[in-house]
This record gives sequence, structure tokens and C-alpha cells, in this order.
Amino acid sequence: MDPNKIRNFCIIAHIDHGKSTLADRILELTDTVELREMEDQLLDNMDIERERGITIKARAVRMNYHADDGETYIFNLIDTPGHVDFNYEVSRSLAACEGAILIVDASQGIEAQTLANTYLAIEHDLEVLPVINKIDLPSADPERACDEVENVIGIPAMDAPRISAKMGTNIKEVLERVVSDIPCPKGDDAAPLKALIFDSYYDQYKGVIIYVRVKEGHVKTGDVIRLMAAETEFQTVEIGYMGAKELVPTGELHAGEVGYIAASIKDIGDTRVGDTVTNAARPCAEPLPGYKKVNPMVFSGIYPADGAKYGDLRDALEKLMLNDASLSFEPETSVALGFGFRCGFLGLLHMEIIQERLEREYNLDLITTAPSVIYKVTMTSGEVRYIDNPTNYPDPGSISQAEEPVVNAHIYTPSEFVGNIMELCQDRRGSFADMQYIDENRVDLHYILPLNEIVYDFFDALKSRTRGYASFDYELKGYAPSKLVKLDVLLNGEIVDALSFIVHEEKAYARGRRLTEKLKENIPRQLFEVPVQAAIGGKIIARETIKALRKDVLAKCYGGDITRKKKLLEKQKEGKKRMRQLGTVAVPQEAFMSVLKLDD
Amino acid sequence: MTGIYIHVPFCLRKCLYCSFYSLRYDEERARRYTETICRNISSYKGRAIGADTVYFGGGTPSLLSAGQVSKILDCCADTFVLSSPEVTLEANPGTADVQKLRDLRSAGVGRLSFGIQSASDERLKMLGRAHRFDEGQNAVIQAYSAGFEHISCDVMLGLCAGGGELEETIKKITELPIDHVSAYMLKREEGTPFAGKQYDELVADEELLCEEYLSCVRLLAERGFEQYEISNFALNSHARSKHNLKYWHGEEYLGFGPAAHSFFDGVRYCCPEDLDSFINSPLQQQTVLERDPDRGEEYLMLGLRLTEGIRLEKVGELFSGRGEERVRRLARELCRAGYAEMSGDRLSLLPEGFLISNTIICELIDAASG
Repeated sequence: MDPNKIRNFCIIAHIDHGKSTLADRILELTDTVELREMEDQLLDNMDIERERGITIKARAVRMNYHADDGETYIFNLIDTPGHVDFNYEVSRSLAACEGAILIVDASQGIEAQTLANTYLAIEHDLEVLPVINKIDLPSADPERACDEVENVIGIPAMDAPRISAKMGTNIKEVLERVVSDIPCPKGDDAAPLKALIFDSYYDQYKGVIIYVRVKEGHVKTGDVIRLMAAETEFQTVEIGYMGAKELVPTGELHAGEVGYIAASIKDIGDTRVGDTVTNAARPCAEPLPGYKKVNPMVFSGIYPADGAKYGDLRDALEKLMLNDASLSFEPETSVALGFGFRCGFLGLLHMEIIQERLEREYNLDLITTAPSVIYKVTMTSGEVRYIDNPTNYPDPGSISQAEEPVVNAHIYTPSEFVGNIMELCQDRRGSFADMQYIDENRVDLHYILPLNEIVYDFFDALKSRTRGYASFDYELKGYAPSKLVKLDVLLNGEIVDALSFIVHEEKAYARGRRLTEKLKENIPRQLFEVPVQAAIGGKIIARETIKALRKDVLAKCYGGDITRKKKLLEKQKEGKKRMRQLGTVAVPQEAFMSVLKLDD
Repeated sequence: MTGIYIHVPFCLRKCLYCSFYSLRYDEERARRYTETICRNISSYKGRAIGADTVYFGGGTPSLLSAGQVSKILDCCADTFVLSSPEVTLEANPGTADVQKLRDLRSAGVGRLSFGIQSASDERLKMLGRAHRFDEGQNAVIQAYSAGFEHISCDVMLGLCAGGGELEETIKKITELPIDHVSAYMLKREEGTPFAGKQYDELVADEELLCEEYLSCVRLLAERGFEQYEISNFALNSHARSKHNLKYWHGEEYLGFGPAAHSFFDGVRYCCPEDLDSFINSPLQQQTVLERDPDRGEEYLMLGLRLTEGIRLEKVGELFSGRGEERVRRLARELCRAGYAEMSGDRLSLLPEGFLISNTIICELIDAASG
């Protein structure tokens, strides 16, 4: 394969700006997928991805393009996730490419989310090819969009292709520009193998399939490969490239190519994104730069709504973990909720996605506890404990110092929103680090923020305060001492362990009040009055009362017809089944959920 | 002893809140209906079934002629082994003159139940009732003079009355020569005009409805009408509806006519709501609702409607003793909260408890099931 005829690229776009539609058009135009096989938005093939319009897993596809110069080129399109939770994976996907198509909506102009990823692409020395999409809309203003690209990002855009992915207008021009503008891969095919893992998944017949970009050297079926960070070795059994619908074995991959390797790998934990694949017999001297092990940052308890489904939940988590090395879980028990699992996630979106997949793909009803981060507690005895479950938080008397994780957060925003954002960050106990103007209209606000203040709903709050224009990125900075308290919730005088959480002292009162209000709203009236209390170490800080039920539906048993009454009783029983009995109080699932969204 | 229920599905007009099966009255259909009822009753001949109550419910049973009622009662006497039966007929004011009332009395009807509902003509109009209150008063007085010693009146709760209107209604009806009152809460059944938005303002909200119910119980007690069931009140124990008590005691009853329910030989079944098919079939069709219903659940569900309540020991027996202790614990909590009281081994609900009896029954079934 002549590397001069290869183009490796990705697409960067704001949600709804047409990334998947353009990808579909490209697949169509390169005859990679026959028209009758086309299903809208082929690349996003998880239901959740299609519905939310986001990409969760990276994906790649190889295409043949017959260019106007008479040559046939190989295009490798690598789709990337677009959310801060998966930032590291995005950066690895970008590292596998030489160029990026930047889609800009002709009516909306450039938007914040795009910006962070575009900078990331520029940081990785990618050639950025701007494309103005949706020119078919009446409100389209391509000239203005081009201006914005030039002003904000600082790359020439006046000759950017003006297209409509939806109508299929000018797609050919985009492909020609990929050939002419995006550089071909460089790399010595004779050098020792050096390939970057940018994704992996578990196939029940072949074991783990790793997606790689070969940077240098080559690999063929039968070679023994070494995963450098994982320090493991495997013999390859199948090597090839990714077709739109299936894997196509070729037996070998060369420098510059994108493809897959199957090597009977059982544990996806061995195939970390960002790791370097080399030849065991003839290893390269240095791994590729930038590898880091991704650790879960957010933890929460996941319980089956029906205790009998515990085994099903375990099976489902095991299956999901085969495809998602960043998910972790271990069994835990709760007095209130019974048997479940403590799960670790990259961030809140990751958590929501896992939850949704468990419910949809495995048909489970779940109860999720409030997300927590890992707190570092130094005991008076000198012992250091890491606490990811509020239930295990030690008695305040035995703690000499409590610390919480803090992050370096960068918020990219149009300068008009700086005031709003600073207010938000102050409210979230952030401390201002610095602020830099990216250009005359845009700034990079740098704050140090406690992680537990952003795991709930920071991203949503940020979006609503900036009309969606700000983007946000963070990385763990370390631990900082903090005045933390454990807040307990009591129903009818009894602590419900599954509702406890750790919170900064200053915020405890407000949170406690909000929490008791929410619970009152979400727990139906019962036979007897139920006090709902929030407490810190035995001291009640908030109280609401769920009044006793006054009346339920009465059914006449007229003329000996007792069926109406029986139906009512059945309905009542059904309703009861959907609730968790905590002592004398029946609590519906929604009550546990409502606690997660306190800031509505 | 079995109870006999006759469903008479005719009305002069449909009340706006009613979801029961009834059709516009038509003389010819009433004639054929009566024949079919008799044919169905007679099919039980020769089985020596003992019966001690006959209840004509509706609809508006008083639309049948005294002759038709008499014919049906004769047929019952001919078929069942009747021992001094309590015979009740539901009546609406304005559907029976003095002569007809006398004839009904002679035919063997001993108890009349009048749908009076309210002493306010405005409310009666709102409900779509065909009578004014003074017509109701007259009907009761005429019935009494025709020889009826047992007369019941229906009262409707939840009409957004307030302002002493309910008190007025209760005062006025209890001044009449009656010995029984049924007080039902207005329920806005789907598919009836009353479910419509235009009635939102006209009916009581939950809080007011609860207040009305509780004051109704109090007001009736003050006038000597003792509550014996969630919605029924009687001047003395002889005035109680023997027939309706069969439902709550889990006893047998045979229902005749479209939409009539039966509980017989351990099976609950009903006749489809279709007059034409009823008239045209040799014998009425029966839809089985439940075979061998759970005796424990039914005992709790039906028994707790009565102020005499349930025996906890019996609950234990019916649920094979599994949760008797839990039931007793719950019973104590219910008493403490003022929903119920215990007398000996009997648990019975108080008015506050009747208001949430569904929830209480469910909790008790849960506790008893272990």
C-alpha cells in the first residue's frame, strides 16, 4: 500500500451540525455502502448514540475513493466521541489522524463545543479542513460562518467547501479537498512496529478486537505483539481493516494504515486506549507519547429495583465491562436497597450512559444512588483511607484531616459570559486561577474546582448560563483539604444509608433543605405521617413532613359487583410493588432519582 | 341462604354521573324483559335453593309495573324456598303514585330505597336527576302511608355543598319516616358527562369530600342513624339491608338481568351488559369472573366495610396463620393513629379509616400474607 494514497481523518462538529449525515454521504459516495444498505447515520450504531446525537465509542471505517486525478485513495474515517468525559479517548482518536474535517453550521456559525476539539486537533498537528454545512437552510450565511472560522480559530476558510450533507450538495468537493489538503501519513515501514490503540471492543468469538493506527513498521498475522503499557504479549490471529458493515481480513497492516488486530485477548483491561503495540521479537525503543491510564472519577451504587434481579445486573455489568475498560464495579450492600454494585465511571455522562444501557439493553429497572468522588481521609491514628462510598465515611471525631479531589478546569467561552461563569464557579467553591484571551471575543477561564461540585450537573448549569456557548474540560489536579461532612437522610426517624452523601460544610444546610423538599414531593402519602429529616452526625438540619394519607379512591360494591373494588386493590398492590419498603415507608424509585437532580 | 338480585336496566333518563348499565324505558321491552327474567329464575326450579332476600336494583326498578314486579316475585316464590324474605325495590320519586305503591306493597315488596340524593333542587338539577326535593319528600310520605315501614334514602356526598347544605339535606331527610340512609361519595367515572372539565368547579375537592363524609357520619349518628357499613346507616338493626349485608359477609347471591352479578357455588360471575342479547337468549349468558376467590383477601376487603369489622383470629386462619402477628401489630398502629378500633378480637375501621380503606386493606393483606 502506497502511503501517499492514504488519508486518515476525523470529523469535528457541534451536536446537530451534521457530522453523522456527512459521514453517511461520504460512505455513500465512495460506494462503501450500497444505497439499499444505507441506514441513516450509520456510524452511530448504538441506539443511545442515535437518540442523543452523540458518539460514545470511537469508530472507524475504510473507504476507497476514485479521485478526479484518476488515482484511487484509501480514506480512513475515524469517528470520535465528543464529550468531556471521554476527552482522553478523543485525544487518542485525533492522534491516529493527519487531518480533521471541521463542520460549521452555515446558520449558527462556530460553537463552543467544536472549539475545544478543534484546538485539540491543532495541538496534535492535524490539518484542519473547514466545511460549511447546511447551506440549503434559508437562514444560512456561509460568508459569516467562514469569517468566524478565520477570526476565532485563525485558519483560512474563504475557500471552504459549502455543502449540504442532507441534500448531498458538494460532497465531492469535500472528498477532493481531503485528497489535496490532508497530508498523507509518514512513517518508516521497515522500522520496528509502533501502533497506537485508539479503541477496542469485545467480540464473543474472536476475543478483544483492537483498533490501531500503525505509525511505523508493519504487522502480519501470526506475529507476536507486545502491548507496551500493559506489558502483555499475544500472538495475532487476524489482521485487517474496518469495512462499513464488517471487518475485512487482509493478513497485514503497514505504516500509515488504520485497521484491527485480533489476538485471542480475553480481558479488555489489557487493551487500554493510548497504549502502543509493538513487535515482541523486534520492539521499538520508545512507546508513543501521551499514554495514561484512565481511572474512574465518579462512583455510585447501582441496585436492581427488584432484588431478585441481582444476578442479572451482575451479568449485564460484566458484559458491558467487556467493551468498556473504563467501567469498574464491585459488590456492595445497602441496608435500604439490599445487594447491588459500587460502580466507577469517567464522569456523569458516562454514568448516565451505562445506566441507560443497563436498562435498555438488559431490560433492568435500577435504583442509582447519588454520585460520589473519592475522598481522602487521614484518621487521628495516622491511617489514610480513601472513601468512595458515603456509608463508609468515618465518624467525624476520628478524622484528623479530610481532603477532596480538585480539578483544573478550563472553560472556553465568548467573553460576554465571563461574569455568569465566574458566578457559577464561585458558587461551586471554585478558586480562580487565570484567564486568557484566545482572541478578542473568546476567553479561556481557568478555575480550580472541587470534583464533587462538578459531578452533579455542572455541565448543564454551564450550558444554561452561556446559552450553550461555553465548553468545558477538566483534569484531576490532586487533593485539597476541605471541611467535609456526611449528610444523612432519615425517613420516619431511621437513616436511609442509600441516600447519604458527603458535602462541604457550607453547603450542607442548603442541600439538606432541598433534599428533604424533593423527597417530600416524590414520596406519596402513606398510612401514617412520615417525617423526612436531614442530619449531620445526629444533628437535624432540615425537616419536612409527608402528611398521612387522607383518602383513597372508594369503590362502590353496588349490586354485588365487587370487581371494581378488586381492580382498585390490584392497582394499589401493583403500585406498592414498584416501591422500596424502607422500614415502614414505601419509597418509589423516582424518589431516589430526584435526589440526583437537586438543582433543578 | 341465598340472596336474589334482579337488575332492572331501565331509566327515564340517565343521570349525568351514572356509569351503571341502564337504557331508556320502553314498555314493550320492559314486558319482554320481565318474561325473560322469569324464564331465567325458573331455570333454578327443583334445586331447593333457600333464599331470604330479593333486591330489585337498577336502573330504576320502580319503572316496572306493580304487576310485573308481582310476577317476578311469584316466580321467585315458585322457584326458591323463600322464608319471610326481605324484598327491596329501588325507586325514584315521580315513578310511582299512591296506588302503585299500595300494589307493590301487596305484591310483597317490604322495603323501598329512594334516590333522593340532595335537599337542594339546584344540586339535583346539576346531577341530572328528574325530580325536585319536594317530590322526593312526597314520594317517601306516600310510600309510608301505603304501608312501607322500611324506607331508605340515598344521599350524595361531594356536591361542593358547603355552607350547611349537607346538614340541611340530612336534617330534612331524617325528618321523613325512613329508617335507613345510604350516603355515597360522588365519583367522577370516566365516560360519564361528569368526568368533563366543566364539572371541575362543581364537585368537592378531596379535602372537602373528606369533611363531608365525616360530618355526614356525625350528623346521622346524632339523629339516631348508626353506621353499619362504609356508606350505610340504619335506625336500628332490623332496618339494615339484609340483602346488601350478604355481599359484605361473603354469602351467596344469584343475579338476574343484564349486568347482574352473582356469587354462587364458589364462583363469581356476571351477565353481560346487553339487554337485547339477554332478551333473545333462552338463558342469560354468564361471564365467569373468578373461581374460588381468595377467601382471606375477600374477608379483609369486604369485612372491613362493616363497622362490625373482622376477627383477627379468622384472618389468621384464612391466611394459614402466616402473618397473624404482623396483622396484630399493624392493627395496633391503626388504632393508635385513630383509623380503627379493637373490641375483643374484632378490628373495625372508624370513619377516618374508611376514607383510606384501600390502603389499609392492602397493608393488611400484605401483612397477613407474610
